[in-house]
Amino acid sequence: MTSTLPYSELPALMTLMTGDEKHDPSSTSTLDVLWVLYRDVLRVAPNFPDDPDRDRFLLSKGHGPMAYYAVLAAHGFLDRDELRSFGSFESPLGYHPDATLVHGAEISSGSLGHGLGLAVGVAIGLRLTERTAPRVIVLTGDAELDEGSNAEAIQYAGRSALDRLTAVVVDNDSDGLGWPGGIASRFGVEGWATIDVDGRDHGALRRAFNAKHSDRPLAVVAHIETGVAA
Amino acid sequence: MSAAVNAEADPTTAAAEEQRERFYRLVPELLRGDRRRVLVLAEIGAGYLDPVMSAPVSERILNVGIREQLMLGVAGGLALTGLRPIVHTFPPFLLERPFEQVKLDLAHQGVGALLVSAGGSYGWPTGGQTHFGHRDVALLDTLDGWTVHVPGHPDEAEALLRRAVAGEDRVYVRLDVTSNAQPYDIGDGHMTMLRHGNAGTVIGVGPMIERVLAATAKRDVTVLYATTVRPFDADSLRSTLTEPDVVLVEPYLAGTSVAQVSDALRAVRHRVLGLGVRQAELRRYGTIADHDAAHGLDVAGLRRSIDDFLSC
Repeated sequence: MTSTLPYSELPALMTLMTGDEKHDPSSTSTLDVLWVLYRDVLRVAPNFPDDPDRDRFLLSKGHGPMAYYAVLAAHGFLDRDELRSFGSFESPLGYHPDATLVHGAEISSGSLGHGLGLAVGVAIGLRLTERTAPRVIVLTGDAELDEGSNAEAIQYAGRSALDRLTAVVVDNDSDGLGWPGGIASRFGVEGWATIDVDGRDHGALRRAFNAKHSDRPLAVVAHIETGVAA
Repeated sequence: MSAAVNAEADPTTAAAEEQRERFYRLVPELLRGDRRRVLVLAEIGAGYLDPVMSAPVSERILNVGIREQLMLGVAGGLALTGLRPIVHTFPPFLLERPFEQVKLDLAHQGVGALLVSAGGSYGWPTGGQTHFGHRDVALLDTLDGWTVHVPGHPDEAEALLRRAVAGEDRVYVRLDVTSNAQPYDIGDGHMTMLRHGNAGTVIGVGPMIERVLAATAKRDVTVLYATTVRPFDADSLRSTLTEPDVVLVEPYLAGTSVAQVSDALRAVRHRVLGLGVRQAELRRYGTIADHDAAHGLDVAGLRRSIDDFLSC
C-alpha cells in the first residue's frame, strides 16, 4: 500500500472539515492509531475496495470521525472536495460514518457498541468462506466499552478463538466510572491476547498490531493522554 | 380457492406438526442447499437442532449463547462477508431486546437477513408477559424495507421460508404455535379470497383465518387471507372491495395494519376495525384459548366485534 500523503498533511486535511486554523494531532485521540493501521498494517487499496481478501477495518467509535476521514483521504479513498463538504446535506461524510456513502468504510457507526459484534460476524464469515488471509481490526473507545453489547462480543470471540480478529481500544480515560484493574484484563480473562501500548508511539503501535496471537484474538489497548477529545 | 371449512369448527384446531418443528426439520436441508447460509442462535432452538445436525452443515450453526445483541451483530457481520444469515429465537428476544441491532446492524449497514421467530403472541401462555411477542410486526413497521410473513400452517411456513432464504433482503417469518387445520395460501405475496360477499371485507392473517371464516359464516362479507403482511397487498383489497367497511383480524397487536388499510383505501371514504391482541397487560397465565377469549380472538369474540362493527 502506498501512502499518497505524509502524516504531516493530516492536520491540513482535518482543517478542510472543521475550518479550524490548525489541528494539533495530539488533540485527536484516534489519529495516530488510524495512521499506523493504514500505513503499516491494513492491506486495503482504494482501487480494490471490494476485494474479498482485503483486510477489514471497522471503526466502531464513529463519533468524531475527522481523523478517520483525513487518513482515508491521505490514502486515496476520499478527495479534498469531499472533506470540504463534511456534514453538508449532499456530503457522503457525516459526523458519524455511513458505510454505504463513505468510500473505504466497512461499517456504519455512531451508536456505541455495535462494531465489536459486527467484527465477530465478519471474522466468522471469513473463516466459514475459508478466506484465512484477511485480518479484521475493530477500533473502540474506552468509554464505548460501557455498552454491554461489547461484553457479549468479547466473551464469544475469546471462546471461538477468532485468531484473525484484533480489537484496538483507544483509552483516553474518558470513561465515567473507570476500569479498575485496567481494560486489557477484561479481554485477557476471556481468552484474548492483550497488549498495552502508548497510543502515540507509532513504532510501538506497529509492533503491537503485528504481534503473534496465533490461536486467539488480540486486544491492543492504546493509551492516550487523559482528556483528549474524540 | 374456496373455503372447505365447517363454520363451527373448533378455532384452535392444530395441524399435526407445529410450524416451529417444521422449521427445525427444514434447517439441515436449507443449510445444505447453499454454503452461504448460516443459522445464528442464542440458545433457543439449539437443543432441538443438535440431534439432527451433522458435519459439514453443523459448522454453519452458530449458537452464541444468551447474547441476543451479539446474535444480530454477528448476523450483520456475516452478511457483510456475503453470507445469508438466518436468525432465530422467540419474538421478544429477536426484535425487542436487540432492536437497535436489528435497526443498525442490518439495514443501516445495507445488508439483509432472514429472521425467524417462534411462539407468536402468547404461544407459551404460562410464560407470561416476558415471553409474549405481540409487538413484533408493529416494531418492524418503524423500520424500512422489511418483508413480513405470518404463515397459518406448517406447509405455508415451509414455502415462505424456502422463498425467503433464497433472497438477500430483510425478511421476518413469524411462526405461531397455533395453526389452521389446512393451508389456504399459495405464498405468492398476494392475499387469497376465500369467500366473496357484498357487505364488507374481513381480512384474516395467518392462524386467525379459520376462526374468521367461522365467525363470519352468516354474514355477506368478502374474506381475504393474508400470510404476507409487508408489503401489504393493497391491490387485492381494492380490487375485491364492495362496501368499504374493512375488518382486520391479526394474531399480533390489534390495529398493526390499520395504517396500511387506510393508505390502500385513501381514495375511498371507508371504515376500518383492527382486531388483534390488546395492548393492556393482562397479567394472566392459563391456556392459549384463555388468552384468545380474553382478547376477543375466539370465534365468539370475533363474531361479536365484527357484527357490532358491520351493523353500525
